[in-house]
Amino acid sequence: MLSFIARRLGLLIPTFFGITLLTFALIRLIPGDPVEVMMGERRLDPELHAQAMERLGLNKPLPAQYLDYIGKLAQGDLGESLRSRESVWSEFTTLFPATVELAFAALLFAGIVGLLAGVIAALKRGSLFDHGVMGISLAGYSMPIFWWGLILIMFFSVSLGWTPVSGRNGVLFDVEPVTGFMLIDTLLSGEDGAFLDAVQHLILPAIVLGTIPLAVIARMTRSSMLEVLREDYIRTARAKGLSPARVVFIHGLRNALIPVLTVFGLQIGALLAGAVLTETIFSWPGIGKWLIEAIGARDYPVVQNGILLIACLVILVNFVVDILYGLANPRIRHQR
Amino acid sequence: MTDSTVTPVAAANAVDQSLLYPSPYKEFWHAFSRNKGAVAGLAFMCLIVLCALFAPWVAPHNPSEQYRDFLLTPPVWLDGGTWRFVLGTDELGRDLLSRLIQGARLSLLIGLSSVVLSLIPGVLMGLLAGFFPRLLGPSIMRLMDVMLALPSLLLAVAIVAILGPGLINTVIAIAIVSLPSYVRLTRAAVIGELDRDYVTAARLAGASLPRLMFVTVLPNCMAPLIVQATLSFSSAILDAAALGFLGLGVQPPTPEWGTMLASARDYIERAWWVVSLPGLTILLSVLAINLMGDGLRDALDPKLKNAA
Amino acid sequence: MPLLQINNLNVRFGDASAVPVVDGLDLSVDAGEILAIVGESGSGKSVTMMALMGLIDAPGRISADAMTFNGLDMLSLSRRQRRKVVGKDIAMIFQDPMTALNPSYTVGYQIEEVLHQHLGLKGRAARQRALELLQKVEIPAAESRLDAYPHQLSGGMSQRVAIAMAIAGEPRLLIADEPTTALDVTIQAQIMELLVNLQQAHDMALILITHDLAVVAETARKVCVMYAGQAVELGQVPTLFEHPAHPYSEALLAAIPEHSLGAERLATLPGIVPGRYDRPQGCLLSPRCPYVQDHCRAQRPALEAQAHSLVRCFYPLNQEVA
Repeated sequence: MLSFIARRLGLLIPTFFGITLLTFALIRLIPGDPVEVMMGERRLDPELHAQAMERLGLNKPLPAQYLDYIGKLAQGDLGESLRSRESVWSEFTTLFPATVELAFAALLFAGIVGLLAGVIAALKRGSLFDHGVMGISLAGYSMPIFWWGLILIMFFSVSLGWTPVSGRNGVLFDVEPVTGFMLIDTLLSGEDGAFLDAVQHLILPAIVLGTIPLAVIARMTRSSMLEVLREDYIRTARAKGLSPARVVFIHGLRNALIPVLTVFGLQIGALLAGAVLTETIFSWPGIGKWLIEAIGARDYPVVQNGILLIACLVILVNFVVDILYGLANPRIRHQR
Repeated sequence: MTDSTVTPVAAANAVDQSLLYPSPYKEFWHAFSRNKGAVAGLAFMCLIVLCALFAPWVAPHNPSEQYRDFLLTPPVWLDGGTWRFVLGTDELGRDLLSRLIQGARLSLLIGLSSVVLSLIPGVLMGLLAGFFPRLLGPSIMRLMDVMLALPSLLLAVAIVAILGPGLINTVIAIAIVSLPSYVRLTRAAVIGELDRDYVTAARLAGASLPRLMFVTVLPNCMAPLIVQATLSFSSAILDAAALGFLGLGVQPPTPEWGTMLASARDYIERAWWVVSLPGLTILLSVLAINLMGDGLRDALDPKLKNAA
Repeated sequence: MPLLQINNLNVRFGDASAVPVVDGLDLSVDAGEILAIVGESGSGKSVTMMALMGLIDAPGRISADAMTFNGLDMLSLSRRQRRKVVGKDIAMIFQDPMTALNPSYTVGYQIEEVLHQHLGLKGRAARQRALELLQKVEIPAAESRLDAYPHQLSGGMSQRVAIAMAIAGEPRLLIADEPTTALDVTIQAQIMELLVNLQQAHDMALILITHDLAVVAETARKVCVMYAGQAVELGQVPTLFEHPAHPYSEALLAAIPEHSLGAERLATLPGIVPGRYDRPQGCLLSPRCPYVQDHCRAQRPALEAQAHSLVRCFYPLNQEVA
């Protein structure tokens, strides 16, 4: 198992450097003069311009610039935001828990509902329920989630008034950010109703962000389950006199989960992309909204290294999923 | 007289022949048309394509004409609606139906051009990676891995952040984003086919490398590529709309579906139709294409049936 | 009273108008006896056993005049009651051992599962018993195999594990559905020997589904020849081999290389088993039978006692009594 992990880790290194090349190139590919673009000023004083070139290291040859970039990354220096003058890393770490909280809630929702719907649809193949799940999941898969979010806000927040329109918690509550996770912080704060308020804020964004993963997981679980239920070892399990629940869940679902888990992992990457849209719709103060605002304000250090951080995050998550995949599937674990 | 006695026999023979050896197209259509969802998707897409092609004649109004006396007019079936603006008007008094029809043009254009722009280089790189598994394969696949490490929309956002917003940049960003799937698919198909005997036979017969690539192998890899092209067409429409919604895509006042939604956000409490209709159009178009894609997959390549 | 008694078993896939896959089958097995069921693919051998095990799913439908095992009416048992018998008193092993074991669980887990389900054994006791079972099926280094996954085992080894799983509940009846077909020739004999040894040691009844007549001749006491869902001949082993009464039995025997020494080519029966749409009106073998008469094409024969065996034929062969 350790050699399996080591092998996968080895594959990560070239990918990581590839991504640094990409983010490095990002700044250099901006059409026009990078300093003027970053300063947002035309016809800058030549002396100031030279200073800026010097400070940003743009006057050196490209390979040297890249080495500088890597060197700074190695020291943990991700530059600072042109707007707030705060370090990119500290902005990222402040906003990151909000995105994790949202993504986690979305995956939980998508995973539980998707698995259940998929398994039941497979067991009741051809039934009304099955057709319903397939139809709804196809629609969910095709959903423009930025629109879906607006529709849910229109219905639940504006018409029914059940949930708040935006943000992570109400202004009535003054919650100390201890962990950065609103659900935990509101519990720690001990304020009455703060936790419930945070849950209410979380529900709609989580459903919106979870819609596409839900559709994918439900479809994948169904087809994987149908395939597994035809396997010989299911017949063996039934011939052992095991209960139907044991046959379906212990022998069936366990094997059906293997491809679902891969899809689940791939969805986490897509989830971060979806978070950009969801956070924008719900004014959710996470890294997706941060990135879009940075692009709008031409805050290039944030754009550059924000993208780098998110990419690293996705690689890391995919790595963890790979390991989990190995744990779930003994055939992979023992490969070579 | 003799004619009438001979014809039925000849006709019967003809029918028998076509039953025994149906043309590939007929066989494909037979498989495709059994999938009711796919046929419905195809019908809906035909409607959209017709609207897009004949937009200037189909649309009741000029999509950018502002009727100042009819700001936020509701659709015809609501109180205050008028037949003059069947689906109502937006915040500047522009006819929503006309704008949606005009938007279909843009979405189809973006979808089509980005598919073409990524299909051709993608297939070429996939072929190269498949035919030269030692020389070019690893570096091409590493590059694709890097591109895949970023979720497609984020990569598109990054590219637009460099190039700046706009129609052409949207197309370029989406084309780049969908490149890896073509490369991977082509390479996997090529590697699968290269082991087959017919390729060996062509090699022994002295076929040149380009001939092997494009004439011998490529046609046998088409089925998954056609399916992928359909699916990336729908995701191109979705991504373009998402970029438009984020203000990074096609810029207003161009009536692109996602851009329309972005400007409609402020009227969520007053005019639901301005918000609902563009999104519904996106959903239905994407759904229709995905249904078609499912049908194509089942009809072209039964092996892929459980792939997604 | 026999251990297993099946009278007039019918299995159909679809409604009553569907062609039966098993058609009026009668079968009985005594305790400690070996019955072989032979016939070509699609003759309903496996489906019969699946019906007994309760493994036939909709749209499959079972009907029978009687299906009793060990004094229990298998037809009237609830699903829950049936599961107490299946896997314990009746156990089954299947054709392809490589796919019959669940790839996600260790060998030990899959054996202990039976022990837990039917004998209530848990933890250390279950593991100890699983180890004994692996030793009983002659798996070398049994201790370490307990933690092996199925993909780490060879086909013969997997089949031994499947046998260990089947005998875990100390069954009175073991059904082996072509247990050696998917294995290498050298392994086949070992597995058969193991099965027969276990059958004798535990005094189990054994139903052996096979199309290997040489195996039948060596091991079985009773043999049932099936054709197109029907039993066409039922008899004792040496007798039926010496005096096959049904033309189909004769054809099967003629197709064994040892029986046709010196012949230029092995004897074959032209044609294939009738399908759903070309089932003959008369005897099901009539389109292929070399001895066919007009009477055979018009009417279907019943299974009747002849000189040496029960035969479903109007004109049985080899009726001279020595």
